[in-house]
Amino acid sequence: MDLFVYTLKRIGTALLTLLLVAAITFFLMNAIPGSPFMTDKSTPEQIALANAKYGLDKPLVVQFVNYIKNLLHGDMGTSLKMQQDTAVAKILFGQGKFRRSIQLGVFALLTSIIVGIPLGCLCAYYRGKWIDSILRVVTTVGIAMPTFVIATLMLFTFGVNLKILPVQSGTLDSPISYVMPVITMALYPSCHIAKLTRTSMLDSISQDYIRTARAKGLKTKMILFKHALRNSLIPVITYLGPLTASIITGSLVVEQIYSIPGIGSYFVSSILNRDYPIIMGTTILLAALIVFMNLVVDIAYKIVDPRINLTKKGD
Amino acid sequence: MSDKVLLDVKDLKVSFFTHAGEVKAVDGISYQIHENEVMGIVGESGSGKSVEAYSIMGLLQAPGKVIGGSVTFEGEDVLAYTDEERRQFRGQRTGMIFQNPMTCLNPVYTIGNQLMEALTCHDKSISKEEARKRAIEMLELVGINNADKRVDQYPHEFSGGMRQRAMIAMAMICRPKLLIADEPTTALDVTIQAQILDLMRDLQKKTGMAIIFITHNLGVVAEICDRVSVMYAGHILEQGKVDDIFYHPLHPYTKGLMRSMPNLDEKERTRLIPIEGTPVDLLDPPKGCSFGPRCEHCMKVCLTKQPPLMEIEEGHLSACWLHVKELKDAKSIKGAQVSAKFAKDTQAPEESAKSAKDAKASAKSAKDVQTSAKSVKEGKA
Repeated sequence: MDLFVYTLKRIGTALLTLLLVAAITFFLMNAIPGSPFMTDKSTPEQIALANAKYGLDKPLVVQFVNYIKNLLHGDMGTSLKMQQDTAVAKILFGQGKFRRSIQLGVFALLTSIIVGIPLGCLCAYYRGKWIDSILRVVTTVGIAMPTFVIATLMLFTFGVNLKILPVQSGTLDSPISYVMPVITMALYPSCHIAKLTRTSMLDSISQDYIRTARAKGLKTKMILFKHALRNSLIPVITYLGPLTASIITGSLVVEQIYSIPGIGSYFVSSILNRDYPIIMGTTILLAALIVFMNLVVDIAYKIVDPRINLTKKGD
Repeated sequence: MSDKVLLDVKDLKVSFFTHAGEVKAVDGISYQIHENEVMGIVGESGSGKSVEAYSIMGLLQAPGKVIGGSVTFEGEDVLAYTDEERRQFRGQRTGMIFQNPMTCLNPVYTIGNQLMEALTCHDKSISKEEARKRAIEMLELVGINNADKRVDQYPHEFSGGMRQRAMIAMAMICRPKLLIADEPTTALDVTIQAQILDLMRDLQKKTGMAIIFITHNLGVVAEICDRVSVMYAGHILEQGKVDDIFYHPLHPYTKGLMRSMPNLDEKERTRLIPIEGTPVDLLDPPKGCSFGPRCEHCMKVCLTKQPPLMEIEEGHLSACWLHVKELKDAKSIKGAQVSAKFAKDTQAPEESAKSAKDAKASAKSAKDVQTSAKSVKEGKA
């Protein structure tokens, strides 16, 4: 019940956060000089006409209120320039841009969790042994390498030289086209998660309750994966919130290199083109995603560690 | 207390191999525990009492290592167990409870879950319902009210005393024959200490299990134990029945411990007498008696040779050169008296007096007191 009330409260705060994000983006975006209709050939009259057509001649506050009103009715506006007069919702959802980015992000996230946590456990279990030493070097390299270097190296090795993976992932139609982008996106987070899990596991293993578990006669596997791991997950979960945000919004480089028409590259183009409704739509969508993931992380805390009281207020 | 030996520890040696060198945490200790007996192991911090218990349970962590001796439980060599045999030994045949109940229970699992797994990990055939029933029974046995509700609570919802009760329940759920209690009352306040001691005494009587009770609190020892071993710097210095240790301590260290304890019968503002000096550096232990450098009766031999643990009175053992000297003196004096009498009877008065004087002098100058316990005992006999 507590959790339910807490979730409702959090959804309320989330809506407020989204409104704030929308306001900040809207006013900052309009503070940038230039207009979506400004080209080499356009005359001031033409620009004024276009502005009037799309309501851009009204005061900013009025424009913002109108935008929010429309948004509450599910209308995210129409593109001003990039796909003129096409609904933003259609561009983001109908053309698969959002889906592709989210799919890539979710796969990368899952891969980094599935790879990172067991690797961290392995390092902690074999602490100081060769397997730990090797994995520590590998994870450090993984963290230090910039995404574009990994992407280029992988393209060159598996795409150009070995020719086992497609050079261009395109619209991600076949499962094989996911391989390189997902690995590229997941490498850094999996290494980071492995390091976090290792440190956290080592801390857990030295706790008194692990000694109790051994004294009870539990098997090593049980001690590690039941007693130590669950206690080690808190720092990893903490990292998952911001990681989701960075994976989803930071897919730009990967989408660019592997020529994937996702939301990341489209977002950057929309800013360069001053296509206001697309900027707003994408920002609100990504913000909603991040807020949602933060909520999931907070609830996951409670599930992993029953001592955490989400509803308790500070003194 | 039964006569049947349950646990037999012989010349157990445990060292920690650190960068600074070998730390001899336990240096050749021997004792036996009989069925249904409560043995107290007392000693100050770093005397090796917990390390010795961990070695028995196989809970010793690197860089600690058993480097010598044997531990026999019901005739089986515990140190030679395979990993699986040791796992079965822990929890099922021996239980262990620890010092700090606040940290010894896993905070993210319910008390019931932790109790049940102690049972199911040794008995796969037991159903979940049956295990839960047993967990509730055990919680009731250790005096936790509303056990059927409490079983689903987390450790943070329990008080310190209740957590220690839950720990005891967990250690005893498989009905082990031996319970090792490593300072189970140290982290608790005095009233809760008394409750836990009462509980342990009751459970011991009900179940007939043997207990090794490790503590640095002599009051607790007096309360619960049948026999006591006093440890210092990895050695057992004195061992005997609890009354013998408290009313007739033999070893200077035990005497020092008794003097340093406050006594309610004494006048107010009576100063406690501390044991002078500091504990031994186990990286560089003294060659002779480990307590020698702090002992007020220290002799030359104490600094060069380790004293043997000798049976001075029935069931009362002590390791001190003073006893060897006293026994040797007694033997020599007895011998000297006989020879003096013989001389008196057989020799001239001047000669007989000289001979008697020589015999006494030789008894006093007993420099070489390196005598085995056996020979001393024979001498005493």
